[in-house]
Amino acid sequence: MRITQGAFSFLPDLTDEQIVKQVEFAMSNGWAINIEWTDDPHPRNCYWDMWGLPLFDCQDSSAVMYELNECRKLNPEGYIKVQAFDATIGCESCVLSFIVNRPASEPGFFLARTEGPGRIQRYAISSYSVNAKPSGCRY
Amino acid sequence: MSQNVSERTRIKSERYESGVIPYAKMGYWDANYAVKATDLLALFRITPQPGVDPVEAAAAVAGESSTATWTVVWTDLLTACDIYRAKAFRVDPVPSAPDQFFAYVAYEGDLFEEGSLANMTASIIGNVFGFKAVKALRLEDMRIPHSYLKTFQGPATGVVVERERLDTFGRPLLGATVKPKLGLSGKNYGRVVFEGLKGGLDFLKDDENINSQPFMRWRERFLYCIEGINRAAAATGEVKGSYLNMTAGNNDELITRGEFAKELGSVIVMIDLVIGYTAIQTAAIWARANHMILHLHRAGNSTYARQKNHGINFRVICKWMRMAGVDHIHAGTVVGKLEGDPLMIQGFYDTLLKTKLAIDLPKGIFFDMDWASLRKCLPVASGGIHCGQMHQLLNYLGDDVVLQFGGGTIGHPDGIQAGATANRVALEAMVLARNEGRNYIEEGPQILRDTAKMCGPLQTALDLWKDISFNYASTDTADFADTPTANV
Repeated sequence: MRITQGAFSFLPDLTDEQIVKQVEFAMSNGWAINIEWTDDPHPRNCYWDMWGLPLFDCQDSSAVMYELNECRKLNPEGYIKVQAFDATIGCESCVLSFIVNRPASEPGFFLARTEGPGRIQRYAISSYSVNAKPSGCRY
Repeated sequence: MSQNVSERTRIKSERYESGVIPYAKMGYWDANYAVKATDLLALFRITPQPGVDPVEAAAAVAGESSTATWTVVWTDLLTACDIYRAKAFRVDPVPSAPDQFFAYVAYEGDLFEEGSLANMTASIIGNVFGFKAVKALRLEDMRIPHSYLKTFQGPATGVVVERERLDTFGRPLLGATVKPKLGLSGKNYGRVVFEGLKGGLDFLKDDENINSQPFMRWRERFLYCIEGINRAAAATGEVKGSYLNMTAGNNDELITRGEFAKELGSVIVMIDLVIGYTAIQTAAIWARANHMILHLHRAGNSTYARQKNHGINFRVICKWMRMAGVDHIHAGTVVGKLEGDPLMIQGFYDTLLKTKLAIDLPKGIFFDMDWASLRKCLPVASGGIHCGQMHQLLNYLGDDVVLQFGGGTIGHPDGIQAGATANRVALEAMVLARNEGRNYIEEGPQILRDTAKMCGPLQTALDLWKDISFNYASTDTADFADTPTANV
């Protein structure tokens, strides 16, 4: 399966040229870029590992691409996403997020069920890769 | 001296002598009134009866929506009546409508109970719309003061938190309403939810009139929807939801249904506008306490919001619903099958999403207003839209919107999943192109055609719906537009 989190996962994987354009769009809006990676892409895992701090004040997309490529070197089979943060009042949150790196094989998620009373089922989603191996060698 | 006590104590002042005097002379008109920061302001479109002076009509509206009755009452003198009287303070002719006038009315803040939409609206729209002195009356806009807004919870979740919970940023959300609206069994209903979510939608939705009918009781629907939601979440790695309509015949039952949705792990529930303002506020307070996003379907609004000369402008409903605390509200599509002039719709979206409103007459925003940090309410665009219009939808409606393609998903010839995928692919391609700085409005059809080369379901959808548009003139249009705006 293909994990479809992020803004562009239904499109073919973005090329570096396409990523640069999105980064420049974000910078032109005054948003700070940050890079995050994980080998636990559970839909409710909201804390991927940060690749350093968000690049506040950075106006140079090549600096972002340098960090992205460094992150890729260490996590060639990890999930990596680029995010943009808008600190203006009334928002103060992420405003763009898209996956820029993913493993070659994505085994997906197991849906566990526990039967409850009155036909209620308790569901739990877990990743086949996370269940199989410890962090660092999952993909 | 008269022997008769009634005569001796009768009130002699000209203002309070019993009888009928013009409202303007009763103190409901004050051209020099200095508006206070704590006043509520209302703008009415008044069509006076022939021969009625517009200033007197405005004063009458101010009077009937605050303290007045048709005749003088001496008990006014037991109150600080001058403070409690609403004051009409400005009357402008309506451009290009010689029989209509815009009347500005100011209301003292203490006229209204804190945090009660029912109380506020009972004054502002309570009696006055049936008033004989006006032929027609429309509440066009309101300025709710900061002090009064702070007594309302506002949206239970708000756009920012909703996106954080869904982990979805930088694109409109996608939804669809399950069709047919009525008649599906629970199991078949959940199938539509599963297929749509797995195909790429963020949400599916109960329709306004699906509650708990003989063909499908509400628990059955909730259980099967939750199955579909969880299956789709596992299949995609995304957080998914379906608006479970908890509208019921009484408030206790409404909350019972909400509690069950929560127990099942739903992220979102839904109510209809027809449940009434008190029930909506109750639902919103429950929703915040229970970590639930609250979707509002504006069922019934067009009965009073559509006609230009009488009723309530929908932008006022937007303000009231943001105060009442809903997280989603249907606010128009511009390009779809339902009423919606582009400028008017943008005014509704601004009203729901901005932190501060500035006067913008072409969009129908008549007042500066600070939203006092009430959260943002997400507009929902639903009704006769399809993926071939994606460039127009993105242009008119922006990122903070739920685009709901009901027929445009479920009507896809290759199935619901294919329909959902076509919509999601079209959306992502258009957002990508816009962010890249392309002229996506002009190039939109070409961008869609190019994208469809690698997405069969999108090609099928574009071929099927390529000629569908709804070109009817809008009834609710801007009074101050530089050029007439057209439906597209």
